[in-house]
Amino acid sequence: MTDVKSSSTGQGPSADQAPARALHTGISDPRTLVMRNLRQSGIFVALVVIVALFAVLTDGVSLSPGNITNIVLQYSYILVLAIGMVIVIIGGHIDLSVGSVVALTGSVSAVLVIQQGHPWWLGVLAALAVGLAVGAWHGFWVAYAGIPAFIVTLAGMLLFRGLTLRVLDNISLSPFPAEYQRIAAGFLNGLLGGQGFDAFTLLIGGVAVAGYAVSGFRTRVARIRYQQPVESFPLFVARVVLVGAVVMYFAWQLAHARGLPIVLIVLAVLVLAYGLLTRRTVFGRQVYAIGGNLPAAMLSGVKVRTVNFWVFVNMGFLSAVAGIIYSSRSNGAQPAAGNMFELDAIAAAFIGGAAVTGGVGTVVGAMVGGLIMAVMSNGMQLMGVDQSMQSVVKGLVLLVAVAFDVYNKRRAGASR
Amino acid sequence: MSDTILEMRNITKTFPGVAALQDVSIVVRRGEIHAICGENGAGKSTLMKVLSGVYPAGSYEGEIIFDGRPVHFRGIRDSEAQGVVIIHQELALVPHLSIAENIFLGNERCGRTGLIDWNRANADATALLESVGLRENAVTPIVALGVGKQQLVEIAKALSKEVKLLILDEPTAALNDVDSAHLLDLLRRLRDRGITCIMISHKLGEITAIADSITVLRDGRTVERLDVRSAEVTQDRIIRGMVGRDLHSFYPDRVSSPGEEVLRVENWTVRHPTQDRRVVDDVSFTVRAGEVVGIAGLMGAGRTELAMSMFGRSYGRDITGRLFLRGREIRARTVAEAIGNGIAYATEDRKRYGLNLIDDIRHNVSAAALRKLARFGWVHDNEEIRVAEASRRDMNIKAPSVMATVGKLSGGNQQKVVLSKWLFTDPEVLILDEPTRGIDVGAKFEIYTIVNRLVAQGKAVVMISSELPELLGMCDRIYTLAAGRLTGELPVSEATQEKLMQLMAKDKEPAR
Ligand SMILES: Nc1ncnc2c1ncn2[C@@H]1O[C@H](COP(=O)(O)OP(=O)(O)OP(=O)(O)O)[C@@H](O)[C@H]1O
Ligand SMILES: [Mg+2]
Repeated sequence: MTDVKSSSTGQGPSADQAPARALHTGISDPRTLVMRNLRQSGIFVALVVIVALFAVLTDGVSLSPGNITNIVLQYSYILVLAIGMVIVIIGGHIDLSVGSVVALTGSVSAVLVIQQGHPWWLGVLAALAVGLAVGAWHGFWVAYAGIPAFIVTLAGMLLFRGLTLRVLDNISLSPFPAEYQRIAAGFLNGLLGGQGFDAFTLLIGGVAVAGYAVSGFRTRVARIRYQQPVESFPLFVARVVLVGAVVMYFAWQLAHARGLPIVLIVLAVLVLAYGLLTRRTVFGRQVYAIGGNLPAAMLSGVKVRTVNFWVFVNMGFLSAVAGIIYSSRSNGAQPAAGNMFELDAIAAAFIGGAAVTGGVGTVVGAMVGGLIMAVMSNGMQLMGVDQSMQSVVKGLVLLVAVAFDVYNKRRAGASR
Repeated sequence: MSDTILEMRNITKTFPGVAALQDVSIVVRRGEIHAICGENGAGKSTLMKVLSGVYPAGSYEGEIIFDGRPVHFRGIRDSEAQGVVIIHQELALVPHLSIAENIFLGNERCGRTGLIDWNRANADATALLESVGLRENAVTPIVALGVGKQQLVEIAKALSKEVKLLILDEPTAALNDVDSAHLLDLLRRLRDRGITCIMISHKLGEITAIADSITVLRDGRTVERLDVRSAEVTQDRIIRGMVGRDLHSFYPDRVSSPGEEVLRVENWTVRHPTQDRRVVDDVSFTVRAGEVVGIAGLMGAGRTELAMSMFGRSYGRDITGRLFLRGREIRARTVAEAIGNGIAYATEDRKRYGLNLIDDIRHNVSAAALRKLARFGWVHDNEEIRVAEASRRDMNIKAPSVMATVGKLSGGNQQKVVLSKWLFTDPEVLILDEPTRGIDVGAKFEIYTIVNRLVAQGKAVVMISSELPELLGMCDRIYTLAAGRLTGELPVSEATQEKLMQLMAKDKEPAR
């Protein structure tokens, strides 16, 4: 660790020295390397362990092409919700209403498309509009009326569940036309011809990996140019290779099942967009600032109300997206749809490293947190574990994950 | 009983990327007041946290010998059981609990039933308050007390624990002169009762006045131990130890050449946010380009309230009055508007109002002017790093990198981050509220130099400070404020501490 220090406490090294110095910042002592990375990527490690565990317990079934496709289809809407939720949590709030909003948006869409026979896209647009309106409603009460989000969204949970029942008149609606079903059950495949597997899926996987490597490398080069400590080059390469291998394996499995699910594309676009939004935009930064220290953010000129308002509008929007996916997947709308989704989304954000007090969390973390939950539920279902036990295990995992995180942070503060 | 109550030998403590203490040793004699001096980030607070078990045995190297025996404190409870009590740099009282509740927090006075015996607790608390010379009712909530009195409550709390060694980390940083003097008196009395004190302070005048011996730290190492009883130790002598060279003057020279008026405030009146009284009452003043204007006043005179209400109405209600910038009336109804108009306000309470402690230096420096680094809402993050690096260099912020978490920096370095943040907004008028609180002499000089550089560029600086020498050393003109009203204005050539004090105490009846 001393090498990190030496590089950066240097009193302004001249620019031509920079690359040489930066290379020295690479952490090479293996023990430190493992410790540091365990701390930073503990959650990734946890995911890998859980995936491996269930692969063994289910004799490899959990990693079969069909099942992987299934996981994606089955949990995509939770992941979409988790994106919005982690942003809400970073801002220091919470949203308990998303399950009800999923139900409401889905049922509005169902009424328009199934009952009244409007085209499928009108249902989608209407659902999005309702989601935005709900978000604006929450945003108004939280940001402008100053009511804590816990209360506002608890009220919203009851309110929008009630409205769902009204809209549906207490009955389920089914089925959607084929185009609407394609949103959650459709695949992009055969675009490059079939050879027993879908080449297009592999191509997209390859493009994703290449994009990851290039952007990672560019960031690294820029960091070095600006004389910031970076991970050592072998470590960087190892990371890219590892991620690349995982993604390509995943793509390979999908390619051997039914191809590239449309929801996966939607999800990937959302993760990418929101990842950038949170890290690289003024808006994203202000959300972190508000969650980290509200008075300080105010005194730095952050328009706290506006930012909070849009955080909730965004949550409403993503709830609608999840509502559309869910209604499409379940091929209809039910009064009880989306029950407890908020808890899964909140759990995903916290397992993914978000802090209860706000100001901390990442979209990618929430995705990994959501995947941990997904892989566990799916694995336990494959093993035929009882519903009740599933719930017990999920609860414990949430607790242990957050406890581990807290422990790590404390140790980082107190230890050498 | 030996003459030495505490010996810490070869203490080494590292944090990821930072060696906070390397091979530090100190010796404290029984019944003395021992001062620890050093620049910001020298490791003073860390050393005391090691001593008091905040960092448990095993997380550092070295030996601690207390009262003749080696000790291995595993936590604060351990050390308190042995009579070592620390009062931290940041007060740790619970605002809405009473004095008595705070004093016995975690150490409750229970009756035979196991329930808290409030009569006994309040009676004991009253006795303790008397011994620290605080005349307050034991059931008064902490929020109703000023910082000076809160500090006394902290000490009363320590005394309730049968303390043998009392550690005070910058106890007077937030106190005015009167309160500080009172506190120092109390420390002397405690010494006479046989309690050993270790005190950290950046106010060297205090140290030469009260300390029996001094340990000087620099960059995490012991530099020297000075014995005040055997030989006179001057401030210059301590400074030489702290910074490793002589510092010839406390205040950098500046040729003052005020230009045209930059800021004019007219009839500024502010009401208390919840109570029906005026906190700032009909205040008018001006600041010219290239001028440093001081605002002096006692605790509660309304200095911070004046500044914050001008800064986008971030304090108070029913604000009336007018603000002019370079002759044009401006509206600054939100902080963003104020910043946009070129006003910057660096708060006196950096932890609560100044910094996002869980984020890094980089993001804190850019926080108030992120738009300058962004195009279409898109932050240019490498540019941000460059800006933060430049601040780290210019302000001499001690941190392993700009990615270091601000909450882990030493107090003085945090203050420099606050200043960097406001300098980056490139203000016309910079309002500094207690800019050197908790800052070491070297860094003070740096900050003064920065202020001078700003005014040389034609900027206007308003400086609020409880340290009159600082105002006299830095300002061109000084206004005094008492109970929300302006009571005087003096050019620095005519001002003296006595005159200022008189004006500051002039208006005793409270504003309506
Ligand atoms: N928890 C922590 N994690 C990482 N670094 C830390 C932590 N606590 C302190 N440090 C670092 O250790 C060094 C010493 O800090 P310390 O707080 O002891 O300084 P100090 O002498 O008390 O300064 P000041 O006068 O500003 O209060 C600093 O460089 C600081 O950044
Ligand atoms: Mg300190």
